[in-house]
Amino acid sequence: MYEGPVQDLIDELGRLPGVGPKSAQRIAFFLLAADPVDVRRLIDALTEVKDKVKFCSICGNVAEDDQCRICRDERRDLTVICVVEEPKDVVAIERTREFRGRYHVLGGAISPIEGVGPDDLRIRELMMRLADGTVTELILATDPNLEGEATATYLARMVKEMGITVTRLASGLPVGGDLEYADEVTLGRAFEGRRAYSS
Amino acid sequence: MYLSRLAVTDFRSYPQAEAALEPGVTSFIGPNGQGKTNLIEAVGYLATLASHRVAHDAPLVRQGTDRAIVRGLVVRDGRDTLLEIEITPGKANRARLAGSPVSRARDILGTLRTVLFAPEDLAIVKGDPAGRRDYLDDLLVARAPRYAAVRADYDRVLKQRNALLKSAGNARRAGAELRTLDVWDSHLATAGAELLAGRHDLVESLRPLVDKAYAAVSRGGGPTTLDYQSSVPPEIADSVDRELLAAALSAAVAASRDKDLDRGITLVGPHRDELALSIGGLPAKGYASHGESWSLALALRLAAYDLLRADGGEPVLILDDVFAELDATRRESLAELVAPAEQVLITAAVVGDVPEQLAGGRFDVAAGEVRRVR
Ligand SMILES: Nc1ncnc2c1ncn2[C@@H]1O[C@H](COP(=O)(O)OP(=O)(O)O)[C@@H](O)[C@H]1O
Ligand SMILES: [Mg+2]
Ligand SMILES: [Zn+2]
Repeated sequence: MYEGPVQDLIDELGRLPGVGPKSAQRIAFFLLAADPVDVRRLIDALTEVKDKVKFCSICGNVAEDDQCRICRDERRDLTVICVVEEPKDVVAIERTREFRGRYHVLGGAISPIEGVGPDDLRIRELMMRLADGTVTELILATDPNLEGEATATYLARMVKEMGITVTRLASGLPVGGDLEYADEVTLGRAFEGRRAYSS
Repeated sequence: MYLSRLAVTDFRSYPQAEAALEPGVTSFIGPNGQGKTNLIEAVGYLATLASHRVAHDAPLVRQGTDRAIVRGLVVRDGRDTLLEIEITPGKANRARLAGSPVSRARDILGTLRTVLFAPEDLAIVKGDPAGRRDYLDDLLVARAPRYAAVRADYDRVLKQRNALLKSAGNARRAGAELRTLDVWDSHLATAGAELLAGRHDLVESLRPLVDKAYAAVSRGGGPTTLDYQSSVPPEIADSVDRELLAAALSAAVAASRDKDLDRGITLVGPHRDELALSIGGLPAKGYASHGESWSLALALRLAAYDLLRADGGEPVLILDDVFAELDATRRESLAELVAPAEQVLITAAVVGDVPEQLAGGRFDVAAGEVRRVR
């Protein structure tokens, strides 16, 4: 244990994803020794992101306004929604230029181990978007791992009776991995070759 | 195949060690606690990404250091392949195959294949069902590395389902919680069916081989039986039809749901199955003598060797301190059976423990030094 403010900083850093106690300590002492100008820039970036960046009220993607760039774009196809786990997956799919519909960002995947159930994800919001019948195809682009698969199954069962075509990205994505790590070509191909998904 | 070179860094007791190996028999001789098993454990790790002694990686890394490296040069059909693994407990291992990094360590599985005999093998016969399931699953992976993923998936579904059972169990909340339980149930059934089909197929192939090996080791003893006992109905107890098995598992899991919710764990599925072994019509566990149990343990390993060899790509045989455990007859039988193998690596405390038939290359292992003496 260190003196007050240093320990507070270590504790805060330790709460970040992927940062263990040892790394938290390293980062804390790095910041202590760093040039105040550099630290100021980091503080400004953090403040800015919290002030300016919000989540799109429609799809849950990061946005600078109430709605994100994609949801505001009238050329995008309103009849298709692609469901992803995280905003970074939107970026990965946008890079492929294969998809012209809109997104829905869940904010994670179902994982009881981590205490994440359906109510912790933006599933209710998705159901509301589907209610008026505009959407005819739902593409489930959750990660190709167990939790992503389980989330896809769950969603497919939820919309079963709604007359919406449910598809899942074609195999070929590295199984067990993260969507964002798939290269553009592979991901693009997976999109093109998407298949009807049965739960 | 054979291993032509082994090198370790900060693995177990070794800051650094290296050995150039040849086909045929090589023995590592030295008093207890000198690091013989540590060496062959490294070989086993290259083949299986796991230790035969401990379930976690932390003990494999030398005290006071934070990562271990194991390298091996595998020769198969005259071609060399370099395998390199960096073991960092608590993190994903990093591996390289022929100098190129692989995206996940388990991509190197299948390059080196081993069958390891160790004193711990007696527990396959005498111990808990978990040891027998692991025997089957390890062999499944050795034969077809894709089962590493099947096994990992099943374990993960099981953990997820158990976590959900614990949180949902007390509350018995309907709605969302139970709907996600349906999802985990169906994934448990699919992943379980895959594992079950693999085990059924494997047991079928093993039966005649184990019986034959048992007769050879015990000089005419037996017969032996292997009976896979699971929660699916007897009509499909040998089936490899994944859909059929998934449907049966689904039904079994559904029937057990209330009990599962009460207990907070999953009570049916391949993780609860048993491979019942018998000798001469009696269950091996609880009935077989010490010697008979050893014969059966050896027979299970020899059958694994036969099976892998029949698949193509003869595995490296590793005998860790087993001769000291056996009586003269079994020792001789085992020596006869393993002598023709392409490569046999043996550890023993004294030269006298190694049957004469298996005299070959020899290293002395003492105080962290591995030195060729023959
Ligand atoms: N992680 C480790 N760091 C340092 N020493 C270790 C480690 N793991 C085991 N050892 C040492 O290795 C020795 C056991 O080596 P082992 O190969 O099992 O002996 P044997 O020659 O009898 O087969 C013990 O002295 C033990 O203390
Ligand atoms: Mg030993
Ligand atoms: Zn949006």
